Amino acid sequence: MTSNLHNKYVTFKLGKEYYGLPIDNVLSIEKPSKTTRIPNAPDYIIGLINLRGDVIPVIDLRVKLGMEKIGIDKDSRIIIVREKDIVVGLMVDSSKEVLDIDEENIDKPPESEDDTIVDYISGIGKKDERLVIILNSMRLLDIRSQ
Amino acid sequence: MDLDMNQYMNLFIEEVNEHLQNMNDILLELEKDTTNTSLINELFRVAHTLKGMSGTMGFVNMADLTHEMENVLDEVRNNRIKLNESIVDILFECFDVLDENISYIIENKKEMDSSNKELIDRLRSIVSIDNNNDSASSMENVENSKMNNYVMNVINEASKRGLNVFNIDISLSPTCMLKSARAFVIINTLDAMGDIVYTNPPTEDIEDEKFDLKFSLTLITAVDKDILLSTLNKISEVESIEIEVVESVELEETEDIEHYDSQFIDPKVYKDVNSKKSGDKDKMNKVKKVAKTVRVDIDRLDNLMNLASELIIIKNRMDDLSGTSNREDMLQTIEYLERITTNLHNAVMKVRMVPIERVFNRFPRMVRDLSKELNKKVDLRMYGENTEVDRTVIDEIGDPLIHIIRNSLDHGIEDPQERVKLGKPEEGKLILKAYPDGNNVVIEVIDDGGGIDFEKVKQKSIDRGLITEVEGEKITEKELANILFEPGFSTSDKITEVSGRGVGLDVVKNKIESINGTIELDSQRGKGTTFTIRIPLTLAIIQALLIKLKDETYAIPLSSITEIINVNKENIRSIQEHEIMLYRGKTIPIVRLDKLMGLEMDELTDEYIAVVVRKGDKLAALLVNSLIGQQEIVIKPLGKYLSSIRYFTGATILGNGDVSLILDVNSLV
Repeated sequence: MTSNLHNKYVTFKLGKEYYGLPIDNVLSIEKPSKTTRIPNAPDYIIGLINLRGDVIPVIDLRVKLGMEKIGIDKDSRIIIVREKDIVVGLMVDSSKEVLDIDEENIDKPPESEDDTIVDYISGIGKKDERLVIILNSMRLLDIRSQ
Repeated sequence: MDLDMNQYMNLFIEEVNEHLQNMNDILLELEKDTTNTSLINELFRVAHTLKGMSGTMGFVNMADLTHEMENVLDEVRNNRIKLNESIVDILFECFDVLDENISYIIENKKEMDSSNKELIDRLRSIVSIDNNNDSASSMENVENSKMNNYVMNVINEASKRGLNVFNIDISLSPTCMLKSARAFVIINTLDAMGDIVYTNPPTEDIEDEKFDLKFSLTLITAVDKDILLSTLNKISEVESIEIEVVESVELEETEDIEHYDSQFIDPKVYKDVNSKKSGDKDKMNKVKKVAKTVRVDIDRLDNLMNLASELIIIKNRMDDLSGTSNREDMLQTIEYLERITTNLHNAVMKVRMVPIERVFNRFPRMVRDLSKELNKKVDLRMYGENTEVDRTVIDEIGDPLIHIIRNSLDHGIEDPQERVKLGKPEEGKLILKAYPDGNNVVIEVIDDGGGIDFEKVKQKSIDRGLITEVEGEKITEKELANILFEPGFSTSDKITEVSGRGVGLDVVKNKIESINGTIELDSQRGKGTTFTIRIPLTLAIIQALLIKLKDETYAIPLSSITEIINVNKENIRSIQEHEIMLYRGKTIPIVRLDKLMGLEMDELTDEYIAVVVRKGDKLAALLVNSLIGQQEIVIKPLGKYLSSIRYFTGATILGNGDVSLILDVNSLV
């Protein structure tokens, strides 16, 4: 009955770490295209892109997670994410694979409160000796849960 | 029976809404003339259809309620009960419940969990208990005789999708002990192979064993006849099975179709003002022929719209190309493409257009209820309901109109006694009028009430410090009318349930401006007030001026631009922090767009290009670096995520594929 999509994650890299987003939330992965700056927008918003006729805002995930900003290179990707009726692109350093991570291999997020990033983490997944930080797209997009 | 009817849900909702609207109209008419038998018959038919439809979809509570309504109406049409106002009131309440229920169904895909017992009891108490049984069984006969339109629609829909539709007549063997259980097995078996859309007798009766040996049902399935037959033959205690293939069915049109057609009026012309006088009997004939509509999923429309917008984008791109390669045939191609895109755009627009009736049709009931509540007599007349407006605009215009109508009833039209004293007819008049005007639609709300006391408005404005006493001396009524649209302004001394303090014209104005519309007010003391609302036919594509700030391109909606002028540096004056300039004898503020958009500004030039924009009566000059030109642009929403970003109404995609932001003039002036 239920699909096993819920334990598939799109993984990507920021710096040295691997991150993951539930595949249900990911619409597509795009190469960076020309962005239009949005005046007076928060610093983590890079701008707007034209995605096949739709206008979509792109977030610099590094800046959003409090990391150092780096330029776009040939590995950079924009992950198009949908949560509720909001669609945004997340700029990441690179994105390569979709991983199956079983629920029992996902730990609760760490409880330290010195880092802004902890707010956005929904769990830490383990797969073949590799740690994948699983992000909570609701909080990432500042959608308040009712 | 648990049918998977989700695929028919949209069809169901659309049709129920049409029938409910019809019911509402009939009830309003019926209230004026409780003896009109054709109206009663019509209402009976509507209730009957609704019952069948909701029963088929498994909405038991709705079916029950309409069943009881039907019983009452049957008694009425057979002259066993005389229709009176209190019965009409109860029927109105039923309508409200049904209406509420259908809204609930739209949101939750299931019906409300209330059996409306109290209402049903009241309906039952109208019909004496003895009659009740009789009429209930006679009702079943009616049902036997024909399937309702709704089922036929479903059948048509199914055969369009290439599914088979079978009428299956089943006779159980006379020795069958548990008829209902046997029938249940058969229904379950068939249910597993497809959808049962109709049974005769109704399923409840089959379950209660209220049938002889035969029953029949209509099945929509992908399975073919032979398989069906062999499966059914495996069930024991079945005497005979007859399977008949149903081709798509002609929809039964209402018998009085000729009447209606002769009454049909060209949609562009609004209804003859005198039609009301032509007598109630006559009027009956035009009580709603269920509109022949093409139902199109709004998503598909949006998709079509997107295609049209892409075409426009390509057109713009080719426009760019033509600048570089100056060939004749290239230009011709562009011209051709341009013609296609314009046509396509218009065609799509037309599909998106819906008659403003969709908004207007809730007003008769509202005015009825309000005038009862306020003890006023009001004659509402509506003209031009067929005027068409884009679907997106329709959704936005309802609330402002409700507000204005409430205001007119509450503060405008006087009490009957007072009207008589003033020598006016006891019954106040409220006119709602819509007509197309170029690329706009004009809606007027006219009442013949007391009008606005501009002296009082002036006094209030002075009291509140909105204007000084000196200004008050020479202020015009037009300017005072504008003050009425300021936040928190009210002239009414009494606070009422209906329209509160009269606060809210500012909300109305905001709402209308948010869809690029305008609102004006014209009032004569003692004679009445007219609100004139002007809204664009559509919101999706606009004419815009593209401008440059440094290397960034922005779009300004052409509709808000007054003029483009050159400004010398010397003509810009600084007063305190604000820069102003003289424009046609008026000082207007200067907005340095580059600074506002967070760009470095350069003071090097002596001359600036200023785009003078207008919001209502206010003007402002936007300084830009250079102009690109005028273009038809497709508005793309910025989306919820960016809802807190100021100064922009949306974005658009330019010919070269780049995204450009559209400036929100309202936030800049």
